[in-house]
Amino acid sequence: MIEEGRPIFLQIAEGVEAAIVDGSLAEEAQAPSTNELAAFHRINPATAAKGVALLVDQGVLYKKRGIGMFVASGARERLLEARRAAFAERYIGPLLVEAHALGLGPDELSAIIRERATAPTTSTTSEGITP
Amino acid sequence: MSHVIEVSHLTKRYREAVAVDDVDFAIQKDKIYGLLGRNGAGKTTVMSILTAQNFATRGTVRVFGEDPYENAQVLSRMCFVRESQKYPDDALPLHAFRTARLFFPNWNQDFADRLIAEFQLPMKTRIKKLSRGQLSAVGVIIGLASRAEITFFDEPYLGLDAVARQIFYDRLLEDYAEHPRTVILSSHLIDEISHLIERVLVIDQGRIIMDEDTDTVRGLAANIVGDSAAVDAFTDGRDVIHRESLGRVASVTVLGALTDADREQLRAAGLDVGPVSLQQLIVRTTQHAGTAGEAHAEGVLR
Repeated sequence: MIEEGRPIFLQIAEGVEAAIVDGSLAEEAQAPSTNELAAFHRINPATAAKGVALLVDQGVLYKKRGIGMFVASGARERLLEARRAAFAERYIGPLLVEAHALGLGPDELSAIIRERATAPTTSTTSEGITP
Repeated sequence: MSHVIEVSHLTKRYREAVAVDDVDFAIQKDKIYGLLGRNGAGKTTVMSILTAQNFATRGTVRVFGEDPYENAQVLSRMCFVRESQKYPDDALPLHAFRTARLFFPNWNQDFADRLIAEFQLPMKTRIKKLSRGQLSAVGVIIGLASRAEITFFDEPYLGLDAVARQIFYDRLLEDYAEHPRTVILSSHLIDEISHLIERVLVIDQGRIIMDEDTDTVRGLAANIVGDSAAVDAFTDGRDVIHRESLGRVASVTVLGALTDADREQLRAAGLDVGPVSLQQLIVRTTQHAGTAGEAHAEGVLR
Protein backbone atom coordinates (compact mmCIF):
# COMPACT_ATOMS: atom_id res chain seq x y z
CA MET A 1 0.00 0.00 0.00
CA ILE A 2 2.95 2.29 0.72
CA GLU A 3 4.96 2.74 -2.45
CA GLU A 4 8.68 3.37 -2.75
CA GLY A 5 10.05 6.58 -4.09
CA ARG A 6 7.54 9.03 -2.69
CA PRO A 7 7.71 10.47 0.82
CA ILE A 8 5.64 8.26 3.11
CA PHE A 9 4.14 11.17 5.04
CA LEU A 10 2.65 12.49 1.77
CA GLN A 11 1.11 9.12 1.08
CA ILE A 12 -0.36 9.05 4.60
CA ALA A 13 -1.87 12.51 4.08
CA GLU A 14 -3.27 11.45 0.70
CA GLY A 15 -4.81 8.36 2.25
CA VAL A 16 -6.71 10.46 4.80
CA GLU A 17 -7.72 12.91 2.04
CA ALA A 18 -9.05 10.05 -0.06
CA ALA A 19 -11.20 8.86 2.87
CA ILE A 20 -12.61 12.38 3.24
CA VAL A 21 -13.31 12.70 -0.48
CA ASP A 22 -15.09 9.33 -0.76
CA GLY A 23 -17.08 10.21 2.33
CA SER A 24 -15.93 7.35 4.54
CA LEU A 25 -14.46 9.99 6.84
CA ALA A 26 -17.14 12.65 7.34
CA GLU A 27 -16.60 16.29 8.14
CA GLU A 28 -16.45 16.96 11.88
CA ALA A 29 -15.78 13.26 12.47
CA GLN A 30 -12.72 12.22 14.41
CA ALA A 31 -9.77 11.35 12.17
CA PRO A 32 -7.53 8.36 12.90
CA SER A 33 -4.81 9.15 15.44
CA THR A 34 -1.13 9.24 14.61
CA ASN A 35 -0.60 5.95 16.43
CA GLU A 36 -3.52 4.30 14.62
CA LEU A 37 -2.13 5.41 11.27
CA ALA A 38 1.35 4.20 12.24
CA ALA A 39 0.08 0.80 13.35
CA PHE A 40 -2.13 0.37 10.29
CA HIS A 41 0.52 1.31 7.76
CA ARG A 42 3.35 -0.23 9.85
CA ILE A 43 5.38 2.95 9.80
CA ASN A 44 7.21 5.03 12.35
CA PRO A 45 4.74 7.19 14.36
CA ALA A 46 6.86 10.28 13.66
CA THR A 47 6.26 9.79 9.93
CA ALA A 48 2.51 9.43 10.48
CA ALA A 49 2.60 12.57 12.64
CA LYS A 50 4.25 14.45 9.78
CA GLY A 51 1.41 13.45 7.46
CA VAL A 52 -1.19 14.57 9.98
CA ALA A 53 0.67 17.86 10.56
CA LEU A 54 0.55 18.52 6.82
CA LEU A 55 -3.23 18.12 6.82
CA VAL A 56 -3.52 20.45 9.81
CA ASP A 57 -1.42 23.05 7.96
CA GLN A 58 -3.73 22.75 4.96
CA GLY A 59 -6.79 23.18 7.16
CA VAL A 60 -8.13 19.74 6.32
CA LEU A 61 -7.87 18.54 9.92
CA TYR A 62 -7.99 20.50 13.13
CA LYS A 63 -7.03 19.61 16.64
CA LYS A 64 -9.35 19.46 19.62
CA ARG A 65 -7.11 19.67 22.62
CA GLY A 66 -6.98 16.48 24.62
CA ILE A 67 -9.38 14.67 22.30
CA GLY A 68 -7.72 14.31 18.91
CA MET A 69 -7.88 15.31 15.28
CA PHE A 70 -11.13 16.14 13.48
CA VAL A 71 -12.08 16.76 9.87
CA ALA A 72 -12.70 20.45 9.21
CA SER A 73 -16.03 21.67 7.82
CA GLY A 74 -15.83 22.28 4.10
CA ALA A 75 -12.73 20.08 3.81
CA ARG A 76 -14.38 17.69 1.36
CA GLU A 77 -15.42 20.41 -1.06
CA ARG A 78 -11.97 22.01 -0.92
CA LEU A 79 -10.27 18.68 -1.58
CA LEU A 80 -12.62 17.95 -4.47
CA GLU A 81 -11.81 21.31 -6.00
CA ALA A 82 -8.09 20.71 -5.70
CA ARG A 83 -8.48 17.31 -7.31
CA ARG A 84 -10.52 18.67 -10.20
CA ALA A 85 -7.85 21.29 -10.76
CA ALA A 86 -5.17 18.59 -10.86
CA PHE A 87 -7.26 16.23 -12.99
CA ALA A 88 -6.04 17.31 -16.43
CA GLU A 89 -2.40 17.37 -15.41
CA ARG A 90 -2.57 14.04 -13.64
CA TYR A 91 -4.75 11.95 -15.94
CA ILE A 92 -5.19 13.62 -19.31
CA GLY A 93 -1.48 14.28 -19.87
CA PRO A 94 -0.40 10.61 -19.58
CA LEU A 95 -3.52 9.56 -21.52
CA LEU A 96 -2.54 11.75 -24.46
CA VAL A 97 1.05 10.50 -24.42
CA GLU A 98 -0.09 6.87 -24.58
CA ALA A 99 -2.76 7.64 -27.19
CA HIS A 100 -0.18 9.39 -29.35
CA ALA A 101 2.19 6.42 -29.08
CA LEU A 102 -0.65 4.13 -30.25
CA GLY A 103 -1.62 6.43 -33.11
CA LEU A 104 -5.03 7.31 -31.63
CA GLY A 105 -6.17 10.77 -32.68
CA PRO A 106 -8.39 13.18 -30.69
CA ASP A 107 -11.58 11.94 -32.41
CA GLU A 108 -10.93 8.28 -31.71
CA LEU A 109 -9.97 9.16 -28.16
CA SER A 110 -13.13 11.09 -27.43
CA ALA A 111 -15.18 8.28 -28.97
CA ILE A 112 -13.58 5.81 -26.57
CA ILE A 113 -14.14 8.12 -23.61
CA ARG A 114 -17.78 8.74 -24.53
CA GLU A 115 -18.42 5.03 -24.95
CA ARG A 116 -16.86 4.21 -21.59
CA ALA A 117 -18.47 7.11 -19.77
CA THR A 118 -21.99 6.15 -20.80
CA ALA A 119 -21.52 2.47 -20.03
CA PRO A 120 -23.19 1.32 -16.79
CA THR A 121 -20.83 2.05 -13.93
CA THR A 122 -20.51 0.31 -10.60
CA SER A 123 -18.88 3.12 -8.67
CA THR A 124 -21.04 4.86 -6.10
CA THR A 125 -20.29 7.60 -3.65
CA SER A 126 -21.23 6.86 -0.09
CA GLU A 127 -22.17 9.97 1.84
CA GLY A 128 -20.89 10.68 5.29
CA ILE A 129 -20.47 7.41 7.13
CA THR A 130 -19.35 8.39 10.59
CA PRO A 131 -16.81 5.98 12.01
CA MET B 1 16.68 18.43 20.21
CA SER B 2 18.16 16.52 23.10
CA HIS B 3 20.78 13.87 22.62
CA VAL B 4 20.96 10.73 24.71
CA ILE B 5 24.28 9.66 23.21
CA GLU B 6 27.20 11.82 22.15
CA VAL B 7 30.31 10.39 20.60
CA SER B 8 33.40 12.30 19.61
CA HIS B 9 36.60 11.16 17.94
CA LEU B 10 35.77 7.57 18.75
CA THR B 11 38.46 5.22 17.50
CA LYS B 12 38.86 1.49 18.02
CA ARG B 13 41.89 -0.42 16.87
CA TYR B 14 42.35 -4.15 16.96
CA ARG B 15 46.12 -4.46 16.52
CA GLU B 16 46.69 -3.05 13.05
CA ALA B 17 43.06 -3.01 11.94
CA VAL B 18 41.02 0.12 12.55
CA ALA B 19 37.45 -0.97 13.30
CA VAL B 20 36.15 2.50 14.12
CA ASP B 21 37.96 5.47 12.71
CA ASP B 22 37.67 8.84 14.47
CA VAL B 23 33.90 8.93 14.49
CA ASP B 24 31.59 11.72 15.71
CA PHE B 25 27.84 11.41 16.02
CA ALA B 26 24.94 12.01 18.34
CA ILE B 27 21.75 10.04 18.90
CA GLN B 28 18.54 12.00 19.41
CA LYS B 29 16.18 11.07 22.19
CA ASP B 30 13.13 8.89 21.51
CA LYS B 31 13.82 8.13 17.86
CA ILE B 32 14.21 4.82 16.08
CA TYR B 33 17.54 4.64 14.29
CA GLY B 34 18.69 2.24 11.64
CA LEU B 35 22.39 1.52 12.04
CA LEU B 36 23.33 0.18 8.64
CA GLY B 37 26.49 -1.01 7.01
CA ARG B 38 28.26 -4.02 5.64
CA ASN B 39 29.65 -6.83 7.73
CA GLY B 40 32.77 -5.64 9.46
CA ALA B 41 31.89 -1.98 8.96
CA GLY B 42 32.08 -1.39 12.71
CA LYS B 43 28.42 -1.54 13.80
CA THR B 44 28.81 -4.08 16.58
CA THR B 45 32.01 -2.45 17.82
CA VAL B 46 30.26 0.91 18.15
CA MET B 47 27.30 -0.62 20.00
CA SER B 48 29.61 -2.57 22.33
CA ILE B 49 31.55 0.55 23.23
CA LEU B 50 28.38 2.58 23.83
CA THR B 51 27.14 -0.08 26.23
CA ALA B 52 30.53 -0.36 27.95
CA GLN B 53 31.11 -3.92 26.78
CA ASN B 54 34.23 -2.92 24.91
CA PHE B 55 36.88 -0.24 25.32
CA ALA B 56 37.57 2.64 23.02
CA THR B 57 41.13 3.12 21.86
CA ARG B 58 40.57 6.86 21.73
CA GLY B 59 37.76 9.36 21.91
CA THR B 60 34.89 10.01 24.28
CA VAL B 61 31.44 8.51 24.68
CA ARG B 62 28.68 10.15 26.70
CA VAL B 63 25.41 8.40 27.43
CA PHE B 64 22.81 10.52 29.23
CA GLY B 65 25.67 12.96 29.63
CA GLU B 66 27.86 10.48 31.52
CA ASP B 67 30.63 8.02 30.88
CA PRO B 68 28.97 4.57 30.73
CA TYR B 69 31.96 2.62 32.07
CA GLU B 70 31.13 0.83 35.33
CA ASN B 71 28.30 3.30 35.67
CA ALA B 72 25.37 1.25 36.95
CA GLN B 73 23.03 4.24 36.80
CA VAL B 74 23.58 4.60 33.08
CA LEU B 75 23.84 0.90 32.22
CA SER B 76 20.50 -0.02 33.80
CA ARG B 77 18.84 2.43 31.42
CA MET B 78 20.29 0.68 28.34
CA CYS B 79 19.63 -2.70 26.82
CA PHE B 80 21.91 -4.30 24.23
CA VAL B 81 20.51 -7.29 22.39
CA ARG B 82 23.55 -8.94 20.90
CA GLU B 83 23.43 -11.03 17.80
CA SER B 84 25.33 -13.80 19.55
CA GLN B 85 24.44 -13.41 23.20
CA LYS B 86 25.97 -16.10 25.39
CA TYR B 87 24.01 -17.64 28.24
CA PRO B 88 25.16 -20.06 30.96
CA ASP B 89 25.07 -23.69 29.82
CA ASP B 90 22.17 -24.75 32.00
CA ALA B 91 20.11 -21.57 31.62
CA LEU B 92 16.44 -21.77 30.63
CA PRO B 93 14.66 -18.87 28.90
CA LEU B 94 12.88 -18.41 32.22
CA HIS B 95 16.21 -17.66 33.93
CA ALA B 96 17.19 -15.15 31.27
CA PHE B 97 13.88 -13.30 31.68
CA ARG B 98 14.14 -13.38 35.48
CA THR B 99 17.59 -11.85 35.33
CA ALA B 100 16.39 -9.19 32.90
CA ARG B 101 13.51 -8.40 35.23
CA LEU B 102 15.95 -7.76 38.08
CA PHE B 103 18.23 -5.64 35.97
CA PHE B 104 15.86 -3.39 34.01
CA PRO B 105 13.77 -0.99 36.09
CA ASN B 106 11.08 -0.62 33.40
CA TRP B 107 10.72 -4.36 32.73
CA ASN B 108 7.12 -5.29 31.92
CA GLN B 109 6.28 -8.90 32.69
CA ASP B 110 2.85 -8.86 31.00
CA PHE B 111 4.44 -7.69 27.77
CA ALA B 112 7.14 -10.35 28.08
CA ASP B 113 4.53 -13.07 28.65
CA ARG B 114 2.57 -11.95 25.64
CA LEU B 115 5.70 -12.01 23.46
CA ILE B 116 6.69 -15.45 24.77
CA ALA B 117 3.28 -16.74 23.67
CA GLU B 118 3.44 -15.01 20.30
CA PHE B 119 6.91 -16.31 19.52
CA GLN B 120 5.85 -19.74 20.85
CA LEU B 121 9.06 -19.90 22.82
CA PRO B 122 9.53 -23.17 24.73
CA MET B 123 10.24 -22.08 28.30
CA LYS B 124 11.50 -25.40 29.61
CA THR B 125 14.17 -26.05 27.00
CA ARG B 126 17.71 -25.03 27.84
CA ILE B 127 18.74 -21.97 25.85
CA LYS B 128 21.70 -23.96 24.55
CA LYS B 129 19.28 -26.37 22.88
CA LEU B 130 17.09 -23.72 21.26
CA SER B 131 17.09 -23.19 17.52
CA ARG B 132 18.79 -20.09 16.11
CA GLY B 133 15.40 -18.43 15.65
CA GLN B 134 14.27 -19.25 19.20
CA LEU B 135 17.54 -17.89 20.54
CA SER B 136 16.92 -14.66 18.64
CA ALA B 137 13.40 -14.57 20.09
CA VAL B 138 14.84 -14.65 23.62
CA GLY B 139 16.90 -11.56 22.79
CA VAL B 140 14.03 -9.78 21.08
CA ILE B 141 11.72 -10.41 24.04
CA ILE B 142 14.31 -9.05 26.49
CA GLY B 143 14.94 -6.04 24.27
CA LEU B 144 11.26 -5.17 23.97
CA ALA B 145 10.01 -6.01 27.48
CA SER B 146 12.90 -4.20 29.18
CA ARG B 147 11.52 -0.92 27.83
CA ALA B 148 14.98 0.53 28.40
CA GLU B 149 15.44 4.18 27.54
CA ILE B 150 17.99 3.16 24.92
CA THR B 151 17.71 -0.24 23.28
CA PHE B 152 20.21 -1.65 20.81
CA PHE B 153 19.19 -4.53 18.58
CA ASP B 154 22.16 -6.00 16.74
CA GLU B 155 20.78 -8.04 13.83
CA PRO B 156 18.04 -9.38 16.07
CA TYR B 157 16.31 -11.36 13.32
CA LEU B 158 18.82 -14.16 12.66
CA GLY B 159 16.92 -17.39 12.17
CA LEU B 160 13.54 -15.72 12.68
CA ASP B 161 11.08 -16.57 9.92
CA ALA B 162 9.06 -13.90 8.12
CA VAL B 163 6.11 -14.27 10.48
CA ALA B 164 8.26 -13.91 13.60
CA ARG B 165 10.07 -10.90 12.14
CA GLN B 166 6.74 -9.24 11.43
CA ILE B 167 5.69 -9.87 15.03
CA PHE B 168 8.90 -8.19 16.17
CA TYR B 169 8.42 -5.14 13.92
CA ASP B 170 4.74 -4.76 14.83
CA ARG B 171 5.28 -5.06 18.58
CA LEU B 172 8.26 -2.72 18.42
CA LEU B 173 6.22 0.00 16.67
CA GLU B 174 3.19 -0.55 18.85
CA ASP B 175 5.11 -0.41 22.11
CA TYR B 176 7.28 2.47 20.93
CA ALA B 177 4.15 4.49 20.14
CA GLU B 178 2.91 4.02 23.71
CA HIS B 179 6.30 4.20 25.40
CA PRO B 180 8.57 6.37 23.27
CA ARG B 181 12.24 5.54 23.69
CA THR B 182 15.46 5.47 21.75
CA VAL B 183 15.96 2.39 19.62
CA ILE B 184 19.02 1.58 17.53
CA LEU B 185 18.39 -1.22 15.12
CA SER B 186 21.23 -2.75 13.18
CA SER B 187 20.04 -4.74 10.21
CA HIS B 188 20.90 -5.99 6.77
CA LEU B 189 17.23 -6.39 5.88
CA ILE B 190 17.00 -2.71 5.05
CA ASP B 191 13.81 -2.86 3.00
CA GLU B 192 12.05 -4.60 5.88
CA ILE B 193 12.90 -1.90 8.40
CA SER B 194 12.96 1.19 6.19
CA HIS B 195 9.43 2.26 7.23
CA LEU B 196 10.20 1.74 10.89
CA ILE B 197 13.22 3.96 11.23
CA GLU B 198 13.15 7.71 11.55
CA ARG B 199 16.89 8.25 11.18
CA VAL B 200 19.51 6.45 9.15
CA LEU B 201 23.07 6.06 10.35
CA VAL B 202 25.35 4.37 7.84
CA ILE B 203 28.78 3.18 8.85
CA ASP B 204 31.28 2.11 6.26
CA GLN B 205 34.86 1.03 6.90
CA GLY B 206 34.74 2.41 10.40
CA ARG B 207 33.38 5.81 9.39
CA ILE B 208 29.94 7.36 9.52
CA ILE B 209 29.04 8.16 5.93
CA MET B 210 25.39 9.08 6.42
CA ASP B 211 23.40 10.52 9.34
CA GLU B 212 20.04 11.68 8.00
CA ASP B 213 16.28 11.59 8.40
CA THR B 214 14.93 8.59 6.51
CA ASP B 215 12.52 10.86 4.63
CA THR B 216 15.41 12.98 3.39
CA VAL B 217 17.38 9.93 2.30
CA ARG B 218 14.48 8.76 0.17
CA GLY B 219 14.86 11.79 -2.07
CA LEU B 220 18.64 11.60 -2.21
CA ALA B 221 19.01 9.53 -5.33
CA ALA B 222 17.19 8.62 -8.51
CA ASN B 223 17.50 6.00 -11.22
CA ILE B 224 17.67 7.37 -14.74
CA VAL B 225 16.80 4.84 -17.42
CA GLY B 226 16.79 5.10 -21.20
CA ASP B 227 18.95 5.39 -24.30
CA SER B 228 22.52 5.27 -23.03
CA ALA B 229 23.74 8.32 -24.98
CA ALA B 230 20.86 10.41 -23.60
CA VAL B 231 21.39 9.03 -20.09
CA ASP B 232 25.08 9.86 -20.23
CA ALA B 233 24.35 13.35 -21.50
CA PHE B 234 22.08 13.94 -18.54
CA THR B 235 24.28 12.36 -15.88
CA ASP B 236 27.48 14.02 -17.10
CA GLY B 237 28.89 16.08 -14.24
CA ARG B 238 26.54 14.54 -11.68
CA ASP B 239 27.49 12.24 -8.86
CA VAL B 240 26.94 8.83 -10.41
CA ILE B 241 27.00 6.01 -7.88
CA HIS B 242 25.97 3.14 -10.09
CA ARG B 243 25.73 2.37 -13.78
CA GLU B 244 24.58 -0.65 -15.68
CA SER B 245 23.64 -1.12 -19.28
CA LEU B 246 22.03 -3.64 -21.55
CA GLY B 247 22.54 -3.03 -25.23
CA ARG B 248 21.66 0.59 -25.89
CA VAL B 249 19.75 1.04 -22.66
CA ALA B 250 21.51 2.34 -19.57
CA SER B 251 20.32 2.58 -15.98
CA VAL B 252 22.25 5.05 -13.89
CA THR B 253 21.82 5.96 -10.24
CA VAL B 254 22.65 9.58 -9.47
CA LEU B 255 22.94 11.26 -6.10
CA GLY B 256 21.22 14.55 -5.43
CA ALA B 257 17.56 15.54 -5.48
CA LEU B 258 16.13 16.27 -8.93
CA THR B 259 14.85 19.78 -9.56
CA ASP B 260 11.77 20.59 -11.64
CA ALA B 261 14.10 21.71 -14.41
CA ASP B 262 15.85 18.34 -14.26
CA ARG B 263 12.54 16.54 -14.58
CA GLU B 264 11.56 18.70 -17.52
CA GLN B 265 14.88 17.94 -19.19
CA LEU B 266 14.41 14.20 -18.55
CA ARG B 267 10.92 14.27 -20.04
CA ALA B 268 12.17 16.10 -23.10
CA ALA B 269 14.97 13.56 -23.56
CA GLY B 270 12.50 10.68 -23.22
CA LEU B 271 14.22 9.29 -20.13
CA ASP B 272 12.46 7.49 -17.31
CA VAL B 273 13.04 8.31 -13.66
CA GLY B 274 12.63 5.59 -11.09
CA PRO B 275 12.83 5.63 -7.33
CA VAL B 276 15.80 4.23 -5.47
CA SER B 277 14.88 2.22 -2.39
CA LEU B 278 16.72 2.84 0.84
CA GLN B 279 18.34 -0.58 0.47
CA GLN B 280 19.55 0.13 -3.07
CA LEU B 281 20.90 3.49 -2.00
CA ILE B 282 22.81 2.06 0.95
CA VAL B 283 24.15 -0.82 -1.14
CA ARG B 284 25.31 1.57 -3.82
CA THR B 285 26.82 4.19 -1.55
CA THR B 286 28.72 1.62 0.47
CA GLN B 287 29.88 -0.12 -2.74
CA HIS B 288 30.86 3.27 -4.08
CA ALA B 289 32.79 4.24 -0.97
CA GLY B 290 34.48 0.85 -1.08
CA THR B 291 35.88 1.36 -4.54
CA ALA B 292 36.50 5.12 -4.39
CA GLY B 293 37.91 5.20 -0.88
CA GLU B 294 41.27 3.53 -1.25
CA ALA B 295 42.58 6.22 1.10
CA HIS B 296 41.24 4.53 4.22
CA ALA B 297 41.15 0.98 2.94
CA GLU B 298 43.03 -0.18 6.03
CA GLY B 299 39.99 -0.12 8.24
CA VAL B 300 37.90 -3.24 8.09
CA LEU B 301 37.51 -6.40 10.13
CA ARG B 302 35.28 -6.87 13.08
